[in-house]
Amino acid sequence: MKRFLEKAVKWLLTASGFVTSAVILLIIGFLFTEGAGLFREHVIEEGYVLALNRENPVKRMNAAQIKAVFDEDVTNWKEIGGPDLPIVTFRLEDADRYFSEEALGKQYENAGALIAGLVADNPGMVAFVPESMIPEGADLNFIEDRTISPGEVFAGAEWFPTATPAPLFGMWPLLAGTLWVSLFAILFALPFGISIAVYMAEVASERVRGFLKPVIELLNGIPSVVYGFFGLIVIVPLLQQVFGLPVGESGLAGSIVLAIMALPTIVTVAEDAMRNCPRSLREASLALGATKWQTVSRVVIPSSMSGIASGVVLGIGRAVGETMAVLMVTGNAAVVPTSILEPLRTIPATIAAELGEAPAGGAHYQSLFLLGVILFFITFFINLCVEFISSRNRAKNR
Amino acid sequence: MEKIEAKDVNFYYGDFHALKGISMEIPQNKVVAFIGPSGCGKSTFLRLFNRMNDLVPGSRLEGQILIDGQDIYGPGVQVDELRKNVGMVFQRPNPFPKSIFDNIAYGLRVNGIKDKEFIAHRVEESLKGAALWDEVKDKLNASAYALSGGQQQRLCIARAMAVSPSVLLMDEPASALDPISTAKVEELICELRNEVTIVIVTHNMQQASRVSDRTAFFYMGEMVEYDDTKVIFTNPHKEATQNYITGRFG
Repeated sequence: MKRFLEKAVKWLLTASGFVTSAVILLIIGFLFTEGAGLFREHVIEEGYVLALNRENPVKRMNAAQIKAVFDEDVTNWKEIGGPDLPIVTFRLEDADRYFSEEALGKQYENAGALIAGLVADNPGMVAFVPESMIPEGADLNFIEDRTISPGEVFAGAEWFPTATPAPLFGMWPLLAGTLWVSLFAILFALPFGISIAVYMAEVASERVRGFLKPVIELLNGIPSVVYGFFGLIVIVPLLQQVFGLPVGESGLAGSIVLAIMALPTIVTVAEDAMRNCPRSLREASLALGATKWQTVSRVVIPSSMSGIASGVVLGIGRAVGETMAVLMVTGNAAVVPTSILEPLRTIPATIAAELGEAPAGGAHYQSLFLLGVILFFITFFINLCVEFISSRNRAKNR
Repeated sequence: MEKIEAKDVNFYYGDFHALKGISMEIPQNKVVAFIGPSGCGKSTFLRLFNRMNDLVPGSRLEGQILIDGQDIYGPGVQVDELRKNVGMVFQRPNPFPKSIFDNIAYGLRVNGIKDKEFIAHRVEESLKGAALWDEVKDKLNASAYALSGGQQQRLCIARAMAVSPSVLLMDEPASALDPISTAKVEELICELRNEVTIVIVTHNMQQASRVSDRTAFFYMGEMVEYDDTKVIFTNPHKEATQNYITGRFG
């Protein structure tokens, strides 16, 4: 009976270990396959074509150019390598302007032929229409369609996932926003976090520490929405006044909120590491005539460096992955940030805000998964760094 | 000449009366051993000489301890200056998680010495003094943790000696070491007696008889007998001492 129990427990533990690992791997696999699907999507919306006049020699346009043309930022073909011709854009909604209802027919059955004729008559026209509408053998040119390339996704500076006819999935602004906010959050949190940890581990009396420690740990349990709310009603207006900004929602507001959120993690982990510094090391230092501060700065902190580093990285991890609070206070403008006082947008905030409205399986949806993959790699890289630092520390101390 | 002088010392951990009315003189450049069963107060007494017990919350001292005629618990005494003058070696080797060189240089650096040449010179001198130089001269930048336990303890002695103290306190310095390392440490103690006054706490009575000039026997917070080592081990005056050194209790 006892034997059997031992076996059962062992089996259970093994099974739970394997199941957990398998689930994690499945999640990562799912993320990757969905994310990679973006590169199989086409630049122009599925089922649609961009039709040109026969005489127009333009064959290729990238997504950014298409968007510029349809936003009427570009108004002449020569700007995108074509002849000197003004651009006239045509969307299906514009059909009423050119044709009467009777001519189009009740079910738009004549629309295809009419539009094809219209484009054939206007050398500068580009029409965004469903492929199925265009009659066979129409005398038209079509912009070559191709799949979305990694270059325009990772280096692209514009994020317009719902633009028609060609959505833009430039992830650089989001990536930059995330790194920017996290960087500043850490710059704020690090000095404060370390000093609070030193204070609690070395200076504070047992009574003060007994009060402070639970309070700081309590901060860890506050939901991030509450932090976001606090940021929105306190920090955002404050920044607006102090810096005279048009809007207070900015990267700075995000980093301050994130710094406050990362503090408890940094403080508790770093403080524990310092308190775990062996008493014998402190005594050795003091016995050599070192003052308390020399002991703390030259022995206690260096010897608990790996613990402090892991606290900091856990804090960074939280800052990089934090969603709600950042979503609420950063202003959510998907532009490449040039200063910390501008609104910006982070990867997690983008996923949270847009996943609900992205049709499942579409390019937008897949692009959000790809963002998830990028986020995964960022945190993975950070963890590797920590592993490297602490293993080097361990090697040095052995 | 008396190096250390304790005058009617009483010491308390909270309500616990750990040392009861101890008075003793420790002569310059001699080795004095404290022996006694565990919990008899010998380590506590030793740690009063460099004010290490200041770190224990709720502890209290009555009486006076003079080093070179100066009350080390008197007003205006800089504890870090005192500890620079009164070095200490602990029971377990406790090198810093730094390189061998930095371990020795630490005491000099925290005492404000910046001259690199002087530090390097002192490091070499101290390591030679601790008979460790030949073993580590090619790996001064290796971690001190790479050394064996015995080497680490000699490193700690070198570290304590680097700041040129005039008193060296040793709290069971060989209790965590193997017999060969122990012999090396004892040899070292015999050599160092020319430079410093050494007070050593030990559980090992052979060790006390081998290295010390004078021996004090502690029991239940009191100093039972203090005399020349030869007298203590051959012809003690008190029965308790006799019983202890013959192994009847302890």
